[in-house]
Amino acid sequence: MSLAAALPPIHNPAIDYHAIAPELVLAGAIFLVLIADLALPPARKWWSMVVAFVGVLATLATTLTLIGSDRVTFGGSYVVDDFAVLFKVFFTSVALVVLLLSMRYVRDGRYYQGEYYFLVLCSLLGMMTMPSSRDLLMLFISLELVSAPAFLLVAFRKGDPRSNEGALKFFLIGVLSTAVMLYGMSLIYGVTGTTRLAGIAASLATPVGSSSLALAAILFVVGGFAFKVSAFPFQFWAPDTYEGAPVPIAAFLAVASKAAGFAGLLQLMFVAFLPRADFWAPIFVVLSLFTMTLGNLVALQQQQVVRLLAYSSIAQAGYMLLPFALATTTNTALNKEAFAAAVLYILIYAVMNLGAFSVVLAMARESPGIMIADFAGLGQRAAYLAVPMTMFLVSLAGIPPFAGFWGKFFIFRAAIDRGGIGAWLAVAMVVNSVISLVYYLFIVREMFFQPIAEPVRALRSPATVTAVVLAAAGGILAVGFFPSLFAHFPPISTLIGR
Amino acid sequence: MHHFPWLTVVTFTPLAGAVPLALLPKRALNLHRIWGMFVTVLTFGLSLGILAQFRTGTLGFQLVDHAVWVRSLNFNYTLGVDGVSLFLVLLTTFLMPAGILVSWKLEHQVKNYFLAFLALETAMIGSFLAIDLLLFFFFFEALLFPMYLIIGGWGSERRIHAAIKFFLYTMAGSAFLLLGILFLYFLSGSQLGRATFDYRALQHLAIATTTARWLFLAFFVAFAVKTPLVPLHTWLPEAHTEAPTAGSLALAAVVIKVGAYGLIRFNLGLFPEASGYFRTLVLVLAVVGIVYGATVALIQSDLKRLVAYSSVSHMGFVVLGIFAFSLQGLTGGVLTMINHGLSTGGLFLLVGMLYDRLHTRDLNRMGGLAAVIPAYAGVFLFVALSSIGLPGLNGFVGEFLVILGTFIVTKPYAVVAVTGVVLSAIYLLWGYQRAMHGALPVAGGATNGHGNGSSGRLKDLELREYFVIVPIMAAILFIGIYPKPILSRIEPTTYTIVGCVQMTTNKGAPLPASNGPLSAESLRRLLCTSGGP
Repeated sequence: MSLAAALPPIHNPAIDYHAIAPELVLAGAIFLVLIADLALPPARKWWSMVVAFVGVLATLATTLTLIGSDRVTFGGSYVVDDFAVLFKVFFTSVALVVLLLSMRYVRDGRYYQGEYYFLVLCSLLGMMTMPSSRDLLMLFISLELVSAPAFLLVAFRKGDPRSNEGALKFFLIGVLSTAVMLYGMSLIYGVTGTTRLAGIAASLATPVGSSSLALAAILFVVGGFAFKVSAFPFQFWAPDTYEGAPVPIAAFLAVASKAAGFAGLLQLMFVAFLPRADFWAPIFVVLSLFTMTLGNLVALQQQQVVRLLAYSSIAQAGYMLLPFALATTTNTALNKEAFAAAVLYILIYAVMNLGAFSVVLAMARESPGIMIADFAGLGQRAAYLAVPMTMFLVSLAGIPPFAGFWGKFFIFRAAIDRGGIGAWLAVAMVVNSVISLVYYLFIVREMFFQPIAEPVRALRSPATVTAVVLAAAGGILAVGFFPSLFAHFPPISTLIGR
Repeated sequence: MHHFPWLTVVTFTPLAGAVPLALLPKRALNLHRIWGMFVTVLTFGLSLGILAQFRTGTLGFQLVDHAVWVRSLNFNYTLGVDGVSLFLVLLTTFLMPAGILVSWKLEHQVKNYFLAFLALETAMIGSFLAIDLLLFFFFFEALLFPMYLIIGGWGSERRIHAAIKFFLYTMAGSAFLLLGILFLYFLSGSQLGRATFDYRALQHLAIATTTARWLFLAFFVAFAVKTPLVPLHTWLPEAHTEAPTAGSLALAAVVIKVGAYGLIRFNLGLFPEASGYFRTLVLVLAVVGIVYGATVALIQSDLKRLVAYSSVSHMGFVVLGIFAFSLQGLTGGVLTMINHGLSTGGLFLLVGMLYDRLHTRDLNRMGGLAAVIPAYAGVFLFVALSSIGLPGLNGFVGEFLVILGTFIVTKPYAVVAVTGVVLSAIYLLWGYQRAMHGALPVAGGATNGHGNGSSGRLKDLELREYFVIVPIMAAILFIGIYPKPILSRIEPTTYTIVGCVQMTTNKGAPLPASNGPLSAESLRRLLCTSGGP
């Protein structure tokens, strides 16, 4: 009997090409960028940004055709539902913004432009597949696709030792955490016999789920993701990496990469591991508490703005982890509420943080070190940057009527609905918000209260950066005043409870 | 909405007026000033419409403006006015033109200053009128940022420190307020069928005793910081002292009133039982504040700081009246809020005018000013006497009612509080004496101490300054002589609040017994939900 006959026949799963159309378009764009970079003369290299931009736009357009669809392909390991589409639209939008922010920065810095945009797009591809991945392997591949190009992008300022240091730290810790996570995933497979998230959930609901092996596996996987979202105790790479990276990449990491990590984590926790929420929710209590508190306390000490924003984004990750701590095995309504709160916060946080990073980028042209003191007198030098920056910072602190308030509002609401530990977590988050206000106000103080020497030199910011700043400011105001516009995202909880 | 939306119009006129101001060219300083003046006077004029429409004796909220904001959350834009909020709104709109006028000479970033000022006015008015708790929270938070900018951007030497301290203290307090509001929202979802932020609906909640006490604390911290009550008052002397004159005016006259207003509206109105439970604590804090503020004011050599500490003392009176649980006490407390706004606001304006002349606030460097600027000295004495509580002026009516209302309930607190009146006479008159009487300071320190000594003589009040202060003096005199139109509008509301608290806790002074057809319990429910829909 031949070997072929002994094995069960292999079925090629049917592929729904519409479901993966955005990724296909993006992959095509990636190759185009590479080829364009080969063909373009050095003076015209920045055209690769245009190619990349158009490619991402096409990806976005393709993604929009998927709105409202519910497609399953690759035998169930790849799903396009409202949740996935929401995140895909979000990631492509962020990528467009990052491309806009990068253009002048990369040109002026004389970096390898073709490679730069190529890598950004590769990372984006990973983000696109992430929210669709309903299989451990798929998740893992997506996650690596997000991270690996990012390692290189951080090191792009080759001449600067801090860039090298940041990239190396990022790489080493990233690889370590990947190893841990992969080990956890293999254990999960060993325990449950499947890599499908839904299958894992079904299996964990049985007594198998109580085995110490299963619990250890969950712990490992959570640890791996804690690195991605820069949660305690795996947060310390973030400040060095953000500081060393080109500013647009720091924004990309702090916003899109982190959101991708959360998109993966949400699916794992609220789908695959939900039957054992009684085990992991308390872990998230600790993670959330320590992450927000540590981020805020250390941020108080910072003088360098990117580092300050890095610690702030660690603290913000702590807030995003809070809804995970509210999960229960029984109360589906509450789980939905917590899930929606986390998703909303991630999206709102992205807008505020992108805005803040854009202002920093505008400053970076004249003072590459960007200390807080460099913001002195910005209110007079460039009110069109200082006023939006104030809005971003105040919004990050969660003060109405800006979008950040609603982000916090929904987390508080879920926490209070949960009762018990949830209420205490809400109190902890409130205290943390006040602490965070201290360092956000440092920047506001510099911008508006520090007298500067006459004559006032106006600060000129690249048009693309200004456009991003103003758009982000408009966005957080619009969400702040009309949160109901976004309450129609049915989406957010479609993952749960079916 | 079937009536003219008076409340919405008054609330948002300043903010709407800020938009054209923002578009004016940066250098047109006079245009900014005139426009600022126009908008604030217009707002005051419109607010008189509220007064005219207000129906005395009607219980509950009047002139209610209602619009759905976020349907899915049942978050509504709801404004309403009652006896407690009516005169606080009028006080705000009445004083803001004075704030603009007193800032006439300002040269530094005039446009931004007035922008912040107008935004602040909207936030202040909105805080008093919001019936939806989340909307109230929005306005309450919106107070912070303009005030922060005004203190930090245009204050004196230690302005940045003072601004940040102010912001953080109040923000820390209000953070817990948000949690409290959300908790009520959550409770209303389970008890009333649909979660709501509406104050009138939330009064119908049956909150477990322990829960209500926790919620009381969450609200109390926010408002005690703002009011401020000892020991949460430490931001106030610095913020008041460092703020520019108009900023001190807004802060002392209105912003801190939002705290006391919140105590009445939310702490007494939503948690009557818990108010009774914590009553002793609050009363002790109030009298400690009265005596402490007065004592510290006594030893100040900085005239502005002296007035700032007198605020701590006076706000102690307000809180004492609120938590005495008697009709006279609460009505007096509300009236004292108005009086304090006029008197202390007036004093801050006068101190600012003096500073413009002397470039110092140090009492040790003043003296004999009454001989140099007699009109100023006379005006200062008048306003100081109103702050002291001289019969015939406004301060007397409010403080008398508070002390009376406390005396008939708990004598010891009233006795201690009276010492505050005595002390206030000492520190204000002594301060007046040091500045205005005696010998002219050595070597003409007053005239050329800080470089404006080119002219040997100080100028007395000019016409603009008369316009600032005379309306306030008129109001002081009016309330002192004929407070009835004001008291009669405040009283129906305070009657229901006191009645509710008194019947729930059996503390305080019982109201005149009613022999109506209602049982005690249904009467209590009626009083406790007087604004009920």
